[in-house]
Amino acid sequence: MQMTYTVQFINLLAAILLLIVFAMLAQRRILSLINLFAWQGALLSLSTFVVAYSTAQHHLYYSAGLTLLLKVLLLPWLLHRLIRKLNVRWDVETLINIPTTMLIGIALVIFSFNLAAPISQLSEGVTRGLIGIALASVLLSLLMMLTRRKAISQVVGFLAMENGLFFAATSATHGMPLVVELGIALDVLVATFIFGIFFFQIRETFDSLDITHMEKLKDD
Amino acid sequence: MIDLQLLALLLIPLLGGGLLAAFGSRSWAAELNSLMSFCTFAAAVVLTVRVVDSGPQVAFNEQFFIDQFNVFLVALTAFVAFTTSLFSRPYMRIEQHHGKLSTGMLHLYYSMYQLFTFTMLVALTTNNMGILWVAMEAATLTTVLLVSLYRTPASIEAAWKYFILCGVGIALALFGTILLYFAAERVLGHGGTALLWTHLNEVKGELEPTVLKLAFIFLLVGYGTKIGLVPLHSWLPDAHAEGPTPVSAVLSGLLLNVALCAVMRCKVLVDGALGANLAGGTHFAGNLMMGFGLLSVVVAALFLSRQKDIKRMFAYSSIEHMGLITFAFGMGGKVATFAALLHMTVHSLTKSAIFFAVGHAVQKSGTQQMEGIRGMLQISPTVGWGLMLGTLAILGMPPFGVFASEFLIITTAMHDYPWTTPILLIALGVAFAAIFGKVQPMVFGETTAKPLPHSPALIPVFVHLLLVLILGLYMPPYLADWYRQAAALLG
Repeated sequence: MQMTYTVQFINLLAAILLLIVFAMLAQRRILSLINLFAWQGALLSLSTFVVAYSTAQHHLYYSAGLTLLLKVLLLPWLLHRLIRKLNVRWDVETLINIPTTMLIGIALVIFSFNLAAPISQLSEGVTRGLIGIALASVLLSLLMMLTRRKAISQVVGFLAMENGLFFAATSATHGMPLVVELGIALDVLVATFIFGIFFFQIRETFDSLDITHMEKLKDD
Repeated sequence: MIDLQLLALLLIPLLGGGLLAAFGSRSWAAELNSLMSFCTFAAAVVLTVRVVDSGPQVAFNEQFFIDQFNVFLVALTAFVAFTTSLFSRPYMRIEQHHGKLSTGMLHLYYSMYQLFTFTMLVALTTNNMGILWVAMEAATLTTVLLVSLYRTPASIEAAWKYFILCGVGIALALFGTILLYFAAERVLGHGGTALLWTHLNEVKGELEPTVLKLAFIFLLVGYGTKIGLVPLHSWLPDAHAEGPTPVSAVLSGLLLNVALCAVMRCKVLVDGALGANLAGGTHFAGNLMMGFGLLSVVVAALFLSRQKDIKRMFAYSSIEHMGLITFAFGMGGKVATFAALLHMTVHSLTKSAIFFAVGHAVQKSGTQQMEGIRGMLQISPTVGWGLMLGTLAILGMPPFGVFASEFLIITTAMHDYPWTTPILLIALGVAFAAIFGKVQPMVFGETTAKPLPHSPALIPVFVHLLLVLILGLYMPPYLADWYRQAAALLG
C-alpha cells in the first residue's frame, strides 16, 4: 500500500508544478516570477526525493540535492542579484494579454496530454501520466518565453523549461544516468552566467532590457 | 591503445583552451592557437588511420565510440579547425588594427575557439546520447559570446537570438533524449547502459515504436534547429553575418555537420525500431528528414536573391546545402547516404574557403554590403580568384566535388522519388542565378578595395578548393571505400 501513497503524492506534486507554471505565465512582476521559479525548483527537488525513496535509486538523492542547491538557492540568488543590479524589478509587459495567454496555455495542456497518451499507456506505477504533465510544463514555459518582452523573463522561462525537462527525466524515467545529469546541470549553470553577461551587454548597447529594441535584423 | 589516442584528441583542445585562457592576450596567442589546432589535427589523423584499419571500437568504459562514420567527421572537423586557425591569425590582427577588436576580445576568442573544437569532438565521439546532448549545448555556449564579439547592437541581437533559439531547440532535443531513455529502459533495464548508442543499436528492433516516433520528432526539431533546417533557421543568417568571419566559417563548415551527425545517430535507432529497412516497415524518420530537407532547400534558394549582405547570402547557401544533405540522408540507401557524406565533406571545405575569401574581401572594402564590394581581382587577384572559384565550387560547377555529390543526390532522387527532382533542380537553378549574379560584379569591375595592414592568409582557401577539386575529379579508392563503409553503417 505504501506504493500507492507515493504515487498519489508525486501526482499531487506534478499537479502543483503545472499550477506554478500557469502562475508564472500570469505573473507580471519579475521578482515574483523568480520566487515562483524557486518554488518550482523546491517542488522538483521534493518530487525527485520521493521518487528516490520509493524506487530506492540512490543516485536520485544526489540529483535531489543538486536540484535544491542549484535551482532553489544558487540560480534564484543569482537572478535576484542581477535584477537588483540592473534595476528591473517592476512590471513585465507581455506581447499577448494575460487571459489570452492562459487560454492558449490550456490548449497546450490538452495538446500535450493527447500527444503523451500512447506513452502513458505503456508506463506503469509511478510514471503514469507524468510525461504529459512534464511536456505541458515545457510547452507552457516555451509560451512564456515567446510572450515576454523583457530579456530577464525570457531567461526565467528558459530555466522553467529546463525544470519541466528535469521533471520528465526524474519522475517519468527514474532519472538519467548521473553523469548526464551532472553535465546538464553544468550546462544550465554556465548558460545562466552567460545570460548574466548578456544582460549587461544588452543594457549597455540598447539602454534597456526590452528585447523589442532588438528587431533590426530582418530579411525584407 | 585507442583509449590513448582518443584521450589525446580530446585533451589537446581542452588543454589549448586552458593555455589560451591563461596566455590569450600575449602576442603569440594566435600562433599557439594554430599550434594546438595542428596537434588536434595530428591526433585526429592517427585515430582515423587506426579506426579505418581495424573497424569500430569503444573506449573508456564504452562511454566513447568510434566508427567509420564519426571518425571521418572527426578528421574533417580537426582539419577545418586547423586551417581556420591559420586563417584567423592575420584576419584577427587586421580586425584589431582596424580598431574593431581589443586584446581582451581576442583573448576570449582564442580560448573559446579551442573549447568549441573540444565540444564538437566530444559530441562526435561520445557513445552516450545524454552526453551528446550536453556537448551540443556546450557548443552553443562556447560560440554565443563569439557571435557577439564585436559588441555592436546587431551582433548582440544576433547572439541573443542564437542563444534563445538554439537553447529552446536543444531543450526539445533533451525531451527527445528523455523519451528515448524511457523506451530504452524497458529493454536494457535501468542504469548507465540504457543511453549508450552501441547498446541501443543492438536492441533497436525491440524499442517501443510509438515512443521512438515521438522521440525522433523532438530530436529532429531540436538538433534540426542547430542544423538550420527551415523553419527553425532564423538564427543562422544573423549569427553568421554578425560574428567574426572565422567563427562563421567554423559554424557553417563544422557545427552544422556535428548536429546532423547527432540526427543521423537517432535516425539509425528509429529506423531500427520501426523496421524501416524491412518489408512492411515505415520510413517515418526518413520521410520527415526529406520533408524538412526539401523545404530548407526551396526556402533558402528563394531567400538567396534578396540578400544584400555577403555573409548573410552565404549563410543562406549553407541552409540550402544542409537541406540537401538532410534530404539525401532521408532518402536513405547506399548511394544517397554515400552522396550525403561526400556532400558534407565538400560543403564544409568549400564553405569555409568561401568565408575565408569573403572575410578578406570585406576587410579590403570596409563593408559587408555587396554593393560596396567591387572589383576584387584588380587589387588582389588571390582574394578575387578565391571568391570566384569558391562560388563556382559551391554552386556545383562540374570539375569540383560538389558537382559529383549533387549529381549523385539528384540521380538517386530521380530514381526513388521522381517528383522531388524538378523541385530540387529549380531550387538549385535559382540559387545559382542569385549567387553567381551577385558574386560576379564583386570579383570583376572597377575596384573600391584598399590594401590591408597585414598580408592575408589565403593558402587555406586554395588548399580547401584544391581538395574539393581532387574529390570531384578522382576519388581515391580507400576514401571511396571508407565512405562506403560509413554509408553501410547508416543504412
